[in-house]
Amino acid sequence: MNEIPNSFRQGPDSRGRFGQFGGRFVAETLMPLILEVEAAYESSKTDQAFQDEWRRLLTDYVGRPSPLWFAERVTAHVRKTAAPGKGAKIYFKRDELNHTGAHKINAVLGQILLAKKMGKTRIIAETGAGQHGVATATACALFDLPCTVFMGATDVERQQPNVFRMKLLGAEVRPVTAGAGTLKDAMNEALRYWVANVTDTYYCIGTVAGPHPYPMMVRDFQSVIGEETRVQMQAAEGRLPDALVAAIGGGSNAMGLFYPFLDDSSVEMFGVEAAGRGLDTHEHAASLSKGRPGVLHGNRMYLLQDDDGQVQEAHSISAGLDYPGVGPEHSWLHEIGRVQYVSATDDDALDAFQLCSRLEGIIPALEPAHALAATLRLAADMDADKIIVMNMCGRGDKDIFTVAKLLGERL
Amino acid sequence: MSRIAARFESLKGSRGALVTYLQAYDPDPATSLAILRGLPGAGADILEIGMPFTDPMADGPSIQLSAQRALKAGATLSRVLALVRDFRAEDATTPVVLMGYYNPILTYGIARFCTEAASSGVDGLIIVDVPPEEADEIEPDARAHGLDLIRLVAPTTDDARLPRVLAATSGFVYYVAILGITGTKSATRESLTAEIPRIRAHTDLPLVIGFGIRTPAQAAEAASIGDGAAVGTALVDVLAGSLDEQGRAKPDTVRKVLDAVRALAEEIRR
Repeated sequence: MNEIPNSFRQGPDSRGRFGQFGGRFVAETLMPLILEVEAAYESSKTDQAFQDEWRRLLTDYVGRPSPLWFAERVTAHVRKTAAPGKGAKIYFKRDELNHTGAHKINAVLGQILLAKKMGKTRIIAETGAGQHGVATATACALFDLPCTVFMGATDVERQQPNVFRMKLLGAEVRPVTAGAGTLKDAMNEALRYWVANVTDTYYCIGTVAGPHPYPMMVRDFQSVIGEETRVQMQAAEGRLPDALVAAIGGGSNAMGLFYPFLDDSSVEMFGVEAAGRGLDTHEHAASLSKGRPGVLHGNRMYLLQDDDGQVQEAHSISAGLDYPGVGPEHSWLHEIGRVQYVSATDDDALDAFQLCSRLEGIIPALEPAHALAATLRLAADMDADKIIVMNMCGRGDKDIFTVAKLLGERL
Repeated sequence: MSRIAARFESLKGSRGALVTYLQAYDPDPATSLAILRGLPGAGADILEIGMPFTDPMADGPSIQLSAQRALKAGATLSRVLALVRDFRAEDATTPVVLMGYYNPILTYGIARFCTEAASSGVDGLIIVDVPPEEADEIEPDARAHGLDLIRLVAPTTDDARLPRVLAATSGFVYYVAILGITGTKSATRESLTAEIPRIRAHTDLPLVIGFGIRTPAQAAEAASIGDGAAVGTALVDVLAGSLDEQGRAKPDTVRKVLDAVRALAEEIRR
């Protein structure tokens, strides 16, 4: 069906397609602006001053490179119950140590520099867990740009600390009540706002989805994660890892980790979708496992939808994974089989959240807690001399209220 | 000659066309059909029928809510086509244009959709989130079945881009009069008198002005500057305002919507 390409790193094509996925499915009003973003992004690639400034910000403001941490106690925990000789070595790529607490800031800084280059004077963003909103609000504070963040009303409720952070940083948070009031609805509303404010506004998208060039651009900026991992793993172990694991909502942290390794055939890759209350229920966010190709938010991708092509609401304990679609490049990597997509339930994530806190002294965000749940299973089945790198893409400070409530603790 | 071309031909030299937009199945199939059947008599020249979608990216709150009511009432693409057949059984001449988003059509199957739309009496399609860059997926099937693919032209569509957008357009050109989503701003005379000649220089197709036309006076003005005025949100608001607290039609729902259409039509004919 699908031909295996010579390289997995050549996409997208000139139409912004990864295989059949991606593209630019937007109303005409936005189309000229999308083309303008693409042209500006292409020229930024060879703009040395732009690249230098982005790298400087990553180093001095974000704190990159983020460490690669051998999670010795988690590894030992897995080996305790694994078959003899099993239990792969687990490393965490610690993007939760970035300024603002997640990987989102990597691509935000790139995009804000791009917005300035384009002469845009206002920034909008959508956010689910609030991490992308906080990162965008942060960059806008730094660059003195007015910032409006669209956030589903449900998410505003369950991510109060991040809502307050955004306000402190000077951003306006607009709760979106349409639909289920989650990330999908926030993105609809951001796109609607953008249509009405195309002349002065730049839309800073937080994930590897949306119309071309966003999936490519966000991936490129996030690839700093995988590039660093490659170098750090060489230094630590003198070789490539055997497996990479990352959580998937829209898919930006996973794409950033995977992309630099796509052509290394010895490296297996696992994207972890949120299985919510279980894949056999209707309450999950597993677009690749349970969806089918469709068009939403400007691109063709795997989408949770009913028999009539109406988009379904996703569910996850993690607001950052609560999205019915998944980026086009993941959709393509899924179809050609280069990346395996697995899932973890709300309960799996809650367990991993607590385990990681106790064993490593690292409170993970609920998003990478899904990745950790899958990592524990994978590691137990792999030989002890194998190496897994899991992207610890965010820290759990924002989630402690949600988790406390679920565990019956009063704060 | 297609029904759309025939309708503009018959109006040529006298007045602009009144294009009405209402969403199929809002608030229920029977009321929706009764409104559609009454529209030509109330003065609508071309009917746009919205195909409900969960995530209408280019629509403001009124039409978003309209879509939710329609979906709750059981709207599906095949039922929308059945609604058009029922309308067509009693009206052979009024052009019908389906307007909506791509994903339900993709799910239905592009070839199947175009075949059935044409046989149901649909004359044209406006698929909001399929710009010319992506239209090769649907153009061959639409063309093969004689369906006009009506494109949106926006204030942001510059002269360099216009030829590409217009090249693949047939039936009429839908000029989006505002920077924004449906029902949120009003078009101004100054912008229309500047923009419409700019587009006319590139095409002989009729120009319908929409997004931001609310009142009879605005409609009459737009219909005189362009070749037609499209009114959607204002009619959807009248419909919504006529419903009971549970969102159900009341006995005068159909009359109220048609009265609003009559007021628009009278002003355009003045």
